Amino acid sequence: MAQTNHNRPILDIRDLHVSVGDNEILRGMDLSVSLGEVHAIMGPNGSGKSTFTNVVAGRPGYTITKGEIIYEGESILGMFPDERARKGIFLALQYPVELPGIRNREFLRTALEALREARGETKLAIREFNKFLEEKAKAMDFEPDLMKRNVNEGFSGGEKKRNEILQMSVLDPKLALLDETDSGLDIDALKVVSRGVNEFRGPDKAIVLVTHYQRILNYIKPDFVHVLIEGRIVRSGGSDLAQELEAQGYEWLREPPEQAA
Amino acid sequence: MAAPKVISRTSTQEELASDYKWGFVTDIEADIPPKGLNEDVVRLISAKKGEPEWMTEWRLKAYRYWISEDYREPRWSKVSFPPIDYQDIHYYSAPVKKEKGPESLDEVDPELVAAFNKLGIPLAEQKALTGVAVDAVFDSVSVATTYQKQLEDLGIIFGPISEAIQKHPELVKKYLGSVVPYSDNFYATLNSAVFSDGTFAYVPPGVRCPVELMTYFRMNSEGTGQFERTLIIADKGSYVSYLEGCTAPMRKTHQLHAAVVELIALDDAEIKYSTLQNWYPGDKDGKGGVYNFVTKRGKAAGKNSKISWTQVETGSAITWKYPSCILQGDNSVGEFYSVALCNNHQQADTGTKMIHMGKNTRSTIIAKGISAGQGQNTYRGLVKIMPTAQGARNFTRCDSLLIGSKCGAHTVPYIEVRNPTAHMEHEATTSKVSDDQLFYLMQRGIKEEDAQYMIINGFCKGVFQELPFEFAMEASQLLKVSLEGTVG
Ligand SMILES: Nc1ncnc2c1ncn2[C@@H]1O[C@H](COP(=O)(O)OP(=O)(O)OP(=O)(O)O)[C@@H](O)[C@H]1O
Ligand SMILES: [Mg+2]
Repeated sequence: MAQTNHNRPILDIRDLHVSVGDNEILRGMDLSVSLGEVHAIMGPNGSGKSTFTNVVAGRPGYTITKGEIIYEGESILGMFPDERARKGIFLALQYPVELPGIRNREFLRTALEALREARGETKLAIREFNKFLEEKAKAMDFEPDLMKRNVNEGFSGGEKKRNEILQMSVLDPKLALLDETDSGLDIDALKVVSRGVNEFRGPDKAIVLVTHYQRILNYIKPDFVHVLIEGRIVRSGGSDLAQELEAQGYEWLREPPEQAA
Repeated sequence: MAAPKVISRTSTQEELASDYKWGFVTDIEADIPPKGLNEDVVRLISAKKGEPEWMTEWRLKAYRYWISEDYREPRWSKVSFPPIDYQDIHYYSAPVKKEKGPESLDEVDPELVAAFNKLGIPLAEQKALTGVAVDAVFDSVSVATTYQKQLEDLGIIFGPISEAIQKHPELVKKYLGSVVPYSDNFYATLNSAVFSDGTFAYVPPGVRCPVELMTYFRMNSEGTGQFERTLIIADKGSYVSYLEGCTAPMRKTHQLHAAVVELIALDDAEIKYSTLQNWYPGDKDGKGGVYNFVTKRGKAAGKNSKISWTQVETGSAITWKYPSCILQGDNSVGEFYSVALCNNHQQADTGTKMIHMGKNTRSTIIAKGISAGQGQNTYRGLVKIMPTAQGARNFTRCDSLLIGSKCGAHTVPYIEVRNPTAHMEHEATTSKVSDDQLFYLMQRGIKEEDAQYMIINGFCKGVFQELPFEFAMEASQLLKVSLEGTVG
């Protein structure tokens, strides 16, 4: 994969400190992501991976005590989640939310309309949208019936995760943050999800993929792998770092390494 | 059968610009007798309509009952309001007709037609193609009824009750007061004495009414009470779906609305009654608005009969209403689906009564209460299983949604079981619009306000889907208008 090191980063995290209540969770995180790149973030439970993706998406409940989140060259700290979404940030949640009484189809349509409006595109006719959605749903191995059901309500764990990727592929963001989208997927679903992500991948897209398992990285080959421990990135490397982690765990990284990779 | 369509209203720019979408006043000469109530006013109302003697007597009987000592407004509900001065109200106001009565739509007062057009009511013949028979009650008199011919061919009677009193006295005599007797409660008694007009419908045996019947109620004159009387009879094996819509212009003073609705379903008959109530709720400080004190009751009189109430109550300063079912026939079914919204200083005390008398009678209650601002929403329901109701079943579900922290939701279920074979289920939930749901929707690019509506709309889904399609669209639109400025 061609590296795009000369690109200006689409996402630039600088010395980010984030607390929940009195509890400091991110303690000086730095990360730079450019278009065309896939970054994998790994790390033990509770190290702050979801906190990081949530904070980039603007989820309320976190206090940013220090640092910056620069997206496309501007600080987004003051922006509401919907503004960030309309600028092209997408978050596939670790725990997708159920929306009683809101159908998948109308949900996606409303969201897409909001994004298209922001992009200065015209409204899609219902029929066009339905056709478009049907194709996307098929690519994710979804029965058309699932589009008529309420968002995530009664969905299996795997269906919820696939639904997140379906939303990504319909909404077509620039920066996709995928928080453990591979957790709880069976082997077939993992392939479907990986295919979705790989189809999305491209020179105009950036992906940050949070995972616990090397397995998904066999399908989605990352350009960089980062290890987040106790709110800091303690090591970055290529995809071979993931293999190392798989074999050795995180313990050896808890001591600050003498020289970073 | 192709689904009959419902009128849908489109708003003009100026309507959309105002806070209350339907707050315009129409300048029509109104024929208003002096304020206050006495026997002479009752006789005058009756005489204005050229009513037969028996009708006048019935009204007077109600009036005399109403003035009897100690007869008062019910005090058990959770609503509060200053005492109403019943002598400060006009009890009758009819648009002045230029000549005799309008024979066709062309003869209707053009001002009135313009007003209806503003409301989007398709009085014009070509709009009858939308498939709704509209009986519009403007202030108190039914002005015109569309879609008459097709109904007549089927033997369906649909029109102003004043007309039915003239043309079908045997039906009116037999059923008027048979479900809600004149002595039922203070407001129903008042209504029985002074009702000005309302809707009458009769569907003959075995006939399935092919269109939605609809009445549009609108209050106009300042200081006028509105007292409609609606009577719907579904004869054996028939079916009818009826819709009522209500709007009132903005008024600084409170307006009294005390309607009575009676439904009768004979053997194997079904009546579906839907309401979209959007009377003026008063301003943000609680000034003005309609007092909506309504008695609605249906009797599932015959075996296998069914009465279904669906209501979306977004308007009125105070709503006091309990559409009820008396399940008399064996295997009869009663349903109540309700969305009640209270915003600003609105108060709603609403719910239903299901009285099970026949064997294997079944009832379902789905009540959704939304409170915003300082709104106080009470669900009050009674399920009563009589000793004769072997094998009766009830399912009740009450959900409350709170928006903000100054509002309140209250659930007051009464259950009275006098037959041990009864099967009862009751579920109740209270929730807030969840931050997680809001974030999820917003993360997908949806604006906060729209996200809120989607969640609220989703909350109401189980009730909205009971409404005819276009009415459901209108209902969710209404909800949005009613909540403007509250969410987001
Ligand atoms: N809203 C919250 N309230 C209290 N503590 C929180 C909150 N959100 C996160 N935390 C705490 O912050 C720490 C990091 O949580 P986070 O969800 O970011 O971890 P993670 O790296 O995603 O873990 P996992 O691999 O288990 O998903 C945890 O100790 C968690 O308990
Ligand atoms: Mg996590």
